[in-house]
Amino acid sequence: METIKITIDNKQVEVEKGTTILDAARKMGIDIPTLCHMRLDDLNIENKPGGCRICVVEVQGRKNLSPACITKCDNGAVIRTHTPRVMNARRTVMEFILSDHPKDCLICPKSGTCDLQDMAHRLGIREIPGQEIAAMSTYRKDTSPSIIRELDKCIMCRRCEMMCNDIQTVGAIGAFNRGFMAAVGPAYEQNLEYSPCTYCGQCVAVCPTGALTEVDHTRDVLRAIVDPAKTVVVQTAPAVRAALGEEFGMKPGTLVTGKLVTALKELGFDYVFDTDFAADLTIMEEGTEFLNRLKKFLNGDKNANIPILTSCCPGWVNFFEHNYPDLKDVPSTAKSPQQMFGAIAKSYFAEKININRKDMVVVSIMPCLAKKYESQRPEFAVDGNPDVDYSISTRELANFIRQANIDFVNLPESDFDRPLGESTGAAVIFGNTGGVIEAAVRTAYVLYTGKKLNRLDFTELRGMEGVRQATIDFDGFPLNIGIAHGLGNARKLLDEVKAGRSKFHAIEVMACPGGCIGGGGQPLHHGDSSILKARAAAIYEEDRNKPIRLSHENPYIIQLYNEFLGEPNSEKAHHLLHTHYFDKKAKIIVKQ
Amino acid sequence: MSSIKIELRQEDLNKIHEICDSFNNEPLELINILHRTQEHFGYLPAEVQEAIADKLNISTAQVYGVVTFYSFFTMTPKGKHPISICMGTACYVRGAEKVLDEFKKELAIQVGQTTPDGKFSLSSLRCVGACGLAPVVLVGNKTYGRVAPDDVKVILKEYE
Ligand code: SF4
Ligand code: SF4
Ligand code: SF4
Ligand code: FES
Ligand code: FES
Repeated sequence: METIKITIDNKQVEVEKGTTILDAARKMGIDIPTLCHMRLDDLNIENKPGGCRICVVEVQGRKNLSPACITKCDNGAVIRTHTPRVMNARRTVMEFILSDHPKDCLICPKSGTCDLQDMAHRLGIREIPGQEIAAMSTYRKDTSPSIIRELDKCIMCRRCEMMCNDIQTVGAIGAFNRGFMAAVGPAYEQNLEYSPCTYCGQCVAVCPTGALTEVDHTRDVLRAIVDPAKTVVVQTAPAVRAALGEEFGMKPGTLVTGKLVTALKELGFDYVFDTDFAADLTIMEEGTEFLNRLKKFLNGDKNANIPILTSCCPGWVNFFEHNYPDLKDVPSTAKSPQQMFGAIAKSYFAEKININRKDMVVVSIMPCLAKKYESQRPEFAVDGNPDVDYSISTRELANFIRQANIDFVNLPESDFDRPLGESTGAAVIFGNTGGVIEAAVRTAYVLYTGKKLNRLDFTELRGMEGVRQATIDFDGFPLNIGIAHGLGNARKLLDEVKAGRSKFHAIEVMACPGGCIGGGGQPLHHGDSSILKARAAAIYEEDRNKPIRLSHENPYIIQLYNEFLGEPNSEKAHHLLHTHYFDKKAKIIVKQ
Repeated sequence: MSSIKIELRQEDLNKIHEICDSFNNEPLELINILHRTQEHFGYLPAEVQEAIADKLNISTAQVYGVVTFYSFFTMTPKGKHPISICMGTACYVRGAEKVLDEFKKELAIQVGQTTPDGKFSLSSLRCVGACGLAPVVLVGNKTYGRVAPDDVKVILKEYE
């Protein structure tokens, strides 16, 4: 490693050659403000267009100020980060940005977590010169099932474009126009709904301003709770419990499962259940489907559809429907846990408590924005009554809890209600990349070999590497597993499947980098990837602490099959718990 | 590609494929491909952009981004009599902007637009190399020199 010596703010330091001024300064604990720049270390995600110029610093001997995020340190460089000239320049830059930005903070969904608002505050901006005469660029507001776009608030950092194109390889949005009217959006400035958007929400997760936010359903949920005629049932996804605490100032990676249940009860939900129950159910259905396909495959059936692809991530489902419609028979037909839960709540559970499904409202708390869209898919409704009525994000729930004046940090813990609140460690790890397949392997191993597992932690399936593979010994049979998180990584594995070159028997895909713990509805990470790692560790901790860690040993799952569904993959199970996929690729029609 | 309905005639689709093929379907050649396509069709409607994106295997958002970034690309069809006003330095200092404003007023359209009846469209150009005649206006292939705002009505009359 070649190193160089530099001086920042009168302190000497040795850094690796090629280090940017920003990184060198951060290492020394010097905080240079940034806006457009963002990096998630372990995920190989970086945005550095060098566009906003908030990060400028003075480098001795250079006439112009240099943007710290894209300027590499020269040997012997003398850098000063907060001189009066620098401060003056930063304020000018900020005033310029704000001159074309609405002053909507009062009702902006991002208020309090907005990087731009923070920066205005940090730089002490009190007025914006020229405001009276300058016109502002305006755009139409676009509301899709999951995401709201208010481009008036776009500062052209282009983080969303980077996520959608470089990381997700979806290309739903891109920069258009130039200068004053430049913004990021779908082609022809049409609505997101008509683009190939997967609703993964990764653009929302990185947008520093209120330009991209989720559709807020907390008002609808409140109305349902207030309505005495409705029985309101709530389910909460695994990744929520590992992140919600952050919204209340708790350390990233703090598990808040028990407090979460108490908060939901205080908010007035009639039954507080767990999506993890449905995750266990997913393993039963998907695992059985996988073993059936595998048997066919080993008997030489060319149409066995191996590798099986997981189907519990709706962002990923949208992706292959748009981009690989010719492979639409390859993913498992099992619905996502959210939808399995809704279908069981409005049939099995509604029968149990003797109410009509129309009088039941199912709310889901999700780390995910794609789940909003998924819950609105017409095939997931019975006579127009959706299985899941409202899907709200971790962030929306946090707001809801704050509105109710609940002192979250000091809440006592409580347990989920029965029967749909009982779950195993296998279900919890659905929140992490690799978790679904690990849970499936645990149960499939037992069902396939008829033997007991002598270990439950398949650490070879864990980690943050974008594409991973492992071979698991199924009692002499080497089972090849592929894992991808982030849709660009999924594309790599899918291209192999499409070309008939895949060596895998099963592949897990999660649309979001890190899996659901890094979902588009989670508390904002503000570019700090250590937060994602802490959440992942918390999920594995919850798994370890669970008395039961195999999905097929969940007593309430066994009861559900005994009382209601019969066998996994039975006709009734198929009807309620499985789905099919659509070809959504746009086609060019030849005019006659 | 996006999921709006795209309809094209077979011969137009063939032409687009031919142009893309001649650049080896190389996404880095997008600007040149768009140039050639616009030369052929006169403008770059959404359908054409979709077909190019599909052929090059890139996103339509990317194609649209390039089309809207460079002012020489247009998404609206040119009028029957395309009017171009030179905005080069010589023409500019001799009052081209006033001439342009007069055209805008008379036709009630902006630069880059076409009149609703499809008759006239308006664009601005960089120096056309006839600085001695500044300010210069082109209507179709015909060149008008030393144009004053008052001449605008007279010019338009010729095409009625
Ligand atoms: S939600 Fe995902 S696919 Fe849609 S625009 Fe954002 S990053 Fe792209
Ligand atoms: S929409 Fe948000 S993330 Fe995208 S460029 Fe604008 S400010 Fe940046
Ligand atoms: S990875 Fe999880 S959070 Fe992200 S789109 Fe998929 S299901 Fe939603
Ligand atoms: S943060 Fe460096 S240019 Fe925007
Ligand atoms: S500037 Fe108009 S012709 Fe040269």
